[in-house]
Amino acid sequence: MSKTTLIDTTGRDDLSIDASAVNSKEARALYKKRAQIHPKLAHGTFRNLKWAAMAVLLAIYYITPWLRWDRGDGRPDQAVLIDFEGRRFYFFFIELWPQEVYFFAGLLILAAFGIFLSSALFGRVWCGYACPQTVWTDLYIHVERWIEGDRNERMRLEKAPMSASKVGKKLAKHTLWLLIAAATGGAWVFYFGDAPTLFHDIFSGQASTPAYLFIGLLTFTTYILAGSMREQVCTYMCPWPRIQAAMIDKDALSVTYRPDRGEPRGPHKKGESWEGRGDCIDCRQCVAVCPQGIDIRDGDQLECINCALCVDACDEVMRKVGRPTGLIAYDSYANLERRKQGRGTSYRLLRPRTILYGTLMTAIAALLAYGLATRSDFELNVIRDRSPPYVRLADGSVRNDYVFKVINMSALERRVSIEVSGLQGARLHATGITGGGPVVIGARADGVTTLRLHVTVPPGIEAGTHALRFTARDLSRGDETGSASAFLAGANP
Amino acid sequence: MANSERDEATGMQTTGHEWDGLRELDTPLPRWWLIVFYASIVAAVIYWVLMPAWPLGNGYTRGVLNWSDRRNVAAEVQALQSARAPMFARLADASAAGIAADPELQQFAIAAGQSAFGDNCATCHGAGGGGAPGFPVLADNVWIWGGTLADIEQTIRVGIRSSHPDARLSQMPAFGRDGLLSPRQIGDATEYVISISMARARLTPDMAAAARGAAVYQEQCASCHGVEGAGDRRIGAPSLKDDLWLYGGSRAEIRRQIEQGRGGVMPSWEARFDAGTLRSLAYYVHEMGGGEPDATPTPPTPPQ
Repeated sequence: MSKTTLIDTTGRDDLSIDASAVNSKEARALYKKRAQIHPKLAHGTFRNLKWAAMAVLLAIYYITPWLRWDRGDGRPDQAVLIDFEGRRFYFFFIELWPQEVYFFAGLLILAAFGIFLSSALFGRVWCGYACPQTVWTDLYIHVERWIEGDRNERMRLEKAPMSASKVGKKLAKHTLWLLIAAATGGAWVFYFGDAPTLFHDIFSGQASTPAYLFIGLLTFTTYILAGSMREQVCTYMCPWPRIQAAMIDKDALSVTYRPDRGEPRGPHKKGESWEGRGDCIDCRQCVAVCPQGIDIRDGDQLECINCALCVDACDEVMRKVGRPTGLIAYDSYANLERRKQGRGTSYRLLRPRTILYGTLMTAIAALLAYGLATRSDFELNVIRDRSPPYVRLADGSVRNDYVFKVINMSALERRVSIEVSGLQGARLHATGITGGGPVVIGARADGVTTLRLHVTVPPGIEAGTHALRFTARDLSRGDETGSASAFLAGANP
Repeated sequence: MANSERDEATGMQTTGHEWDGLRELDTPLPRWWLIVFYASIVAAVIYWVLMPAWPLGNGYTRGVLNWSDRRNVAAEVQALQSARAPMFARLADASAAGIAADPELQQFAIAAGQSAFGDNCATCHGAGGGGAPGFPVLADNVWIWGGTLADIEQTIRVGIRSSHPDARLSQMPAFGRDGLLSPRQIGDATEYVISISMARARLTPDMAAAARGAAVYQEQCASCHGVEGAGDRRIGAPSLKDDLWLYGGSRAEIRRQIEQGRGGVMPSWEARFDAGTLRSLAYYVHEMGGGEPDATPTPPTPPQ
């Protein structure tokens, strides 16, 4: 709880603000009511980076469902579409079937290693720039700032008695927040249906109940999480701050206050000597801009999302007072130690850990790409009937029954010939057909054609399990696929 | 009441309870927990009003929404049945060839037939029609009463030795039990039956006994099973030429069948199923693998 006189960085006369680290572990007593954080607007490299990240990520989220991709007649032309009813996932030129979810598993593993790697290199850059919680909270704070003013005005408004102007501002803010929240929920459902159709249906009241439910749910969560929960999501709800401690090491970069340069800290008047004191003038600008409500000078802490806004704030002050920038900067534990021993700063991005993460990511990505490039759009699945395990026929021959699933993932119907091989005398045929030979069927486009066929083997087959193979060949395109199966014959009665 | 006091270390009130020198801090419940707790109570009260909730002596409170799971299920079943009705109606008029020519109808017939078979027939005939001693295998191509779609459907409709007036009836005499043949004659007949069937390869009949048995066979058995043992589907007499035996294919089991003349009962299903379901059931059994083409095949529809 320190009230400090600040140097003038805003050009306004109100230089006294109560910047305390309300969300630091010490300030957050268990039964204490949460104190509202009013982050001040920062200016600088990292703020610009955050603006850019926000713009790009929001653009990706809102625009993606509207991108079109021509797939031919009767098929969805939405570039990215999760079609639950049709059980397909469309992503530009890729079309995945439910049995191919391992691609998603691979992507998730890739994403996990990505976040490990980024943590090992630059600390919590995901938290600070790319996490939806950060992006939307940042957007909400920006709206808040636009309507109610920056930190000082917002704090004054908070304390001010209820008035028409206060109610008006609050109302405007919450309305805008709700609109953003609704747009967020609205954009979400566009990923699960044709966006233009759904857009029309939503506003004409014709969309499905689940669509409205999901819009409602995401509107609610966006409004609550970005509007009122904010830093509490990171502090209490998110598992990542707990996990990330294992992902960083002494060489990982994270937003760090350099106590070796800053201490002993204390207010500094213009013209005073810098001899025998640190560069930190205790202006608490780093605390004022912090959206997480902490004091970075307390060291690395769970609540810090590494957004580096304090770096911008501090650099601005350092320039004002004529000291070098970088009192707060992306730095590592190793460097803190090195400087203590009088050695210089050095960055080690290439370490066994980062090399391992990088190698694993490359391997997984290569594996996924290979799988995607070589995946076949034509498959034959054979399921042997097991009840009864085999059927003995009047003439002493033995029959096994099989269900064939001809999977045709291409956009054109195929004429497919199915043959059996690998078992002497085996004859593939439909019910009631006495002849043998290949069975020719039409396999419908973008679907699974199911049929049940029989294999009959002449009398005298040995009791036991015999291997056999089914081959499906596309008669016009010539490509073929197959499936191994078994033929079972029993002992005599 | 016990004395509440202030705890030195934390500055909090204690509850005033003391156990062997241990005192408990009067720690307040977290606010979020309290909110959820009270919200749950409010939700419960709202639920009591809206939904069936409280048991009364001879019933229960219905709730203002008048919700009933039983009624909802009944309505869903009703909706499902009316949705399926047109397909069943089409099925009732379709021939085996007609069903096979219409993939949609065929898929429906097999799905409906499989479901009905599993609920009603599989207990005796086995899942997939694998059969059991005394209960014919339905998946093979041996049919006692005929294997066309119409034959199968008729069997399902009227049953075998059932109480249906048109039931399929056949009765093999119990030659041994009723003393129609001597044990020696039965032994001879057994050897003869083995000798004319495909079981001769594995059971090696006594040819002398079989020669004596031939006379017994022609006198007693040929009227139904045929001079050559080919059987007669019109009267439900099984063929004796193959190596598939309803009551078992060992020498002792074949002999026991001549002695006892066993014949099982299959109930009539006419009262239980509508025409569409009967047809789907017959089609499912037909398509297990041994179904035979219609006696008078429908001419194939010329293209266009």
